[in-house]
Amino acid sequence: MNINLTLIGQSITFIFFVMFVMKFIWPPLVGALEERKKTIADGLAAAEKGKHDGELAKQHVLDTLKDAKAQAQDIINLAEKRASEIVEESKDTAKAEGERIIAAANAELEQEVNRAREQLRGQVVSLAVSGASKVLKREIDEKANEDLLKDLVAQL
Amino acid sequence: MSSEAISSADYIKHHLTNWTYGQSPTTGEWSFAHTAAEAKSMGFMAIHVDTMLWSIITGLIFIYFFTKAANKASAGVPTGLQNFVEMIVEFIDTSVRGSFTAKNDMVAPLALTVFIWIFLMNAMDLVPVDWIPEASKWVGVTFFGADPHHVYMKVVPSTDPNATIGMAFSVFFLVLFYSFKNKGIGGFTAELTLMPFQSKNKVVQGLFIPVNFILEFVSLIAKPISLALRLFGNMYAGEMIFILIAIMFNAGLVMATLGGVLQLGWAIFHILIITLQAFIFMTLTIVYLDMAHSEH
Repeated sequence: MNINLTLIGQSITFIFFVMFVMKFIWPPLVGALEERKKTIADGLAAAEKGKHDGELAKQHVLDTLKDAKAQAQDIINLAEKRASEIVEESKDTAKAEGERIIAAANAELEQEVNRAREQLRGQVVSLAVSGASKVLKREIDEKANEDLLKDLVAQL
Repeated sequence: MSSEAISSADYIKHHLTNWTYGQSPTTGEWSFAHTAAEAKSMGFMAIHVDTMLWSIITGLIFIYFFTKAANKASAGVPTGLQNFVEMIVEFIDTSVRGSFTAKNDMVAPLALTVFIWIFLMNAMDLVPVDWIPEASKWVGVTFFGADPHHVYMKVVPSTDPNATIGMAFSVFFLVLFYSFKNKGIGGFTAELTLMPFQSKNKVVQGLFIPVNFILEFVSLIAKPISLALRLFGNMYAGEMIFILIAIMFNAGLVMATLGGVLQLGWAIFHILIITLQAFIFMTLTIVYLDMAHSEH
């Protein structure tokens, strides 16, 4: 246990090692640790921001969905209204058409009746004339009685 | 223990003698000391080759692994060695931040060096006490033709007071340097002379100055001494117990078995001591430097 030059040698060695660590070992290691700390903090912040953005997007989606639903409801309401309108319109049109058809049919019927009546009248006249002519035979001049017959036809 | 019959006292003495290179007081020549007495006679002009050798080897081991990790250091995911080194660095950084309040870029690297280097030097204690001395005896006898009794090899640098005092004085020098730098000569002198006893009366205050100075000076000097002797004492005692246990290996089968169990138990317990002593040295270094930076 002698105290000797080893003491000084040991001090020099110690100082050398401390200086070496101070210059070449400590700064890069602590730098790396700091950098990693920063990276992690950034990552966490980014994650937080992402979460926040996600929530915003979700809210936005909900809003949009609500709007879309409201719009769809409006459209449906409008369509229903329009449909009932169309139905009403069709009903009116159909009614008018039906009436028109009935009127036309009535008119035609009348025409037919009139025509049949005319025809019948003519036939009755010719039948009467032929009956009379058969009765009278040559005694009656057809030409002389024609005017008389025309009058008769007109009176029928 | 050597095959030749030597007494237990000689065995212990041999283990506690450093491999010394120094200047002979009679002839003035530089040579290796052949005996403990010769080494002692060399006085201050001698150097413990084994202490220097093993402290530098352990220091270089520390430098090698930490430089390797420092070169690979990146902000990415750390693996293996880098992970381990970063864990230690983080631990040191936390300790320094906890105890050191001022700003000084030197303290944390200093604390790291102190902790790891002292830990590795202490850890040499866990190598069975005869392995390295016997190996160096073989090398000495085979290659250098030395007398086997004169080959000394003390492998735990921290059991050499020169090593611990050398480190403690380096720390003390830093404490003085930063005390003068931060407080000025006046401030530092005031700290040494105007406390702990204070008085408003100028005459009484004047009388207090020498009392204060003695108290403060003793407490200042006690710092490096206690720092050095605490580490030295713990490691020297631990080493001594390992040597005593090793003597049991030569005293019959029963004693040897008991010795084996004891050695295992002491080595396991010693893991705690070597770590704790390294940690204490580091913490006190940080605290003393913090005191040098702070105003009272």
